[in-house]
Amino acid sequence: MAAIAETASKPASRFQFILDRRDVLGAIFVSPAILYVLLLVGVPFLMAVYYSLSAYTIYDPSWDFVGLDNFADILQDPTFQQTLYNTFIFTFGSQILGLILGKFGALVLLRPFPGRKLVRALVILPWAVPVALATVAWQWMFDSLYSVINWTLIALGFITREQAPNWLGTEHLAMLSVIIVNAWRFFPFAIVIFLAGITAVPQDVLDAATVDGAGFWRRNYQIIVPMILPIVAIGLIFGIVFTFTDLSVVFLMTMGGPVGATSVLGFAGFQTGITSGDVSHGAAISLFMLPVLLVVVVFMLRFIRRREI
Amino acid sequence: MSAVLTRDVVKKFDDVPAVNGISLAVPDGEFMVLLGPSGCGKTTFLRIICGLEKQTSGDILIGGAVVNDIPPRARGVAMMFQSYGLYPHFTVRNNIAFPLKTQNVPRAEIEKKVEWASQLLGIGRLLERRPRQLSGGERQRVALARALVREPTALLLDEPLSNLDAKLRASARLEIKQFQQRVGITTIYVTHDQVEAMGMGDRIAVIDQGQVRQVGTPTEIYDDPADRFVATFVGTPPMNIVARNGGYLGFRPENFLPKDMMDDGAHTEFRFRVDRSEYLGSERIVYGAMEGFDPNQVITAKLPPAHVAEESIRPGEWHPFAVRNSALRHFDKDGKRTGRQ
Repeated sequence: MAAIAETASKPASRFQFILDRRDVLGAIFVSPAILYVLLLVGVPFLMAVYYSLSAYTIYDPSWDFVGLDNFADILQDPTFQQTLYNTFIFTFGSQILGLILGKFGALVLLRPFPGRKLVRALVILPWAVPVALATVAWQWMFDSLYSVINWTLIALGFITREQAPNWLGTEHLAMLSVIIVNAWRFFPFAIVIFLAGITAVPQDVLDAATVDGAGFWRRNYQIIVPMILPIVAIGLIFGIVFTFTDLSVVFLMTMGGPVGATSVLGFAGFQTGITSGDVSHGAAISLFMLPVLLVVVVFMLRFIRRREI
Repeated sequence: MSAVLTRDVVKKFDDVPAVNGISLAVPDGEFMVLLGPSGCGKTTFLRIICGLEKQTSGDILIGGAVVNDIPPRARGVAMMFQSYGLYPHFTVRNNIAFPLKTQNVPRAEIEKKVEWASQLLGIGRLLERRPRQLSGGERQRVALARALVREPTALLLDEPLSNLDAKLRASARLEIKQFQQRVGITTIYVTHDQVEAMGMGDRIAVIDQGQVRQVGTPTEIYDDPADRFVATFVGTPPMNIVARNGGYLGFRPENFLPKDMMDDGAHTEFRFRVDRSEYLGSERIVYGAMEGFDPNQVITAKLPPAHVAEESIRPGEWHPFAVRNSALRHFDKDGKRTGRQ
């Protein structure tokens, strides 16, 4: 009794219970994340904005304000127009291919078959393998002399040695190659998204559709796909954002070639700003991702909200 | 003619029988209830009838034709699922129209039939809404409308009331029964709730461990249970079963009364030690043990409180109780019903 009385009568310090307050504790916990974003995303972003409005190069590190001149310059540059166009083709091409592969991969992996667990684990590999390693492997597969793809096509008699395509040396084939590699990297992610979506569709709904007379295609495209569209759209947003800003596959496989046919925004920004040292124009090129991605994200999020069920 | 007939249907999952030889005939227009504990195979059996599961052996006949190899959509049965299985991205109108669209019914006819089904269930004002905007009871009606719009030979219902709260369940029970009588559609209704089974079924098939234990009207099931399982599964509290003469003796708690409440008819007396008594308003449940039987077996008596003298059920004392001979049921050592004494 005495002990209790003693504790109770002791005048409480103002800060004794400060950590019991949810608002204070919450702010303490969340502050590292906010600091991280501010310092490593916010500051570089603002610097990029400033660089893009200045005449800063590594040869002339002056911070002279030039307004929107840099943007006007690159917009008039046909190489940049080509790059912008390439970026869209690269992004949407690999997303569409990845989604199709993902949908069918998910359908296959939903069916029970011997060794399914192993296949499910292996299918994640393209996603888990370091991009540099995977891309170098692909580079050899597309090599002009040692291409295993061409070797197979010749062995199967589809083409002759003279007709063998030069995958990375022809404009359209080079674009197709980087799209294939990127879709190959993306499709395990798409499979996971589709698997999550499809397994979330209640069995009762699928059974009802079967009894109501829906066959495979109708069940898939009138029931399952519309129901999982919101989650697929989220996956697609991630895919678009990551692909649109990506430069690794292009950098490692084609260096933007041949003749700029596979140059994308991230790669061009890096080439101009870092390799060539024209930081202000490089920043301006990179900043072009911002409005495009903003539009994509806003559009997709609104679409999801409308489709929400 | 039987609308739905099954012959010796067996379904095994990896050698474990879920349905173990069910033969059942459901005549045209009948409301048949499949009653059994969870895991007894009743839902599997229903899914076999509608074709969502393929039986390991046995025949399913719908409208007189064997449908073993016919896919669900062509069997002419409609099924309503436990959680209704409504399509969340469709409006109510499109939900109801879906089974017709898959059959390529002309648009004008679809509209007419949707109109008809929604009138029938009183959901005309909900047609443009989506399932998530509906209450539990409304969803159930939409599911029913979707099941009926194809005018099936038989309607299969899988625990349709289990998602409703207790109050709504009572009214939905009445509604489904009245509706079935009005439309006259053959209905097979799966439930584990004996109140639903007794209240709605024209006949009840009691199922346990994949086998039909008894088929009969609610009265037959309650008064003349075919075996100990049926006797103890139906009725709350369940029938008292005591071992006697190498067999079993059974009597319902409401037939086990203080001796002074007996009328003149022939009856059998037991000495009953009351341990505990629960007053439930409309009834009084008394628990205790009977002299000459296993002292650890709890025997229950259900008494009308208004007519029971306090001293005849005083706890801790032995009292003379009795059961009318006509209310005694006899089971052999395997638990099967034997003739009345």
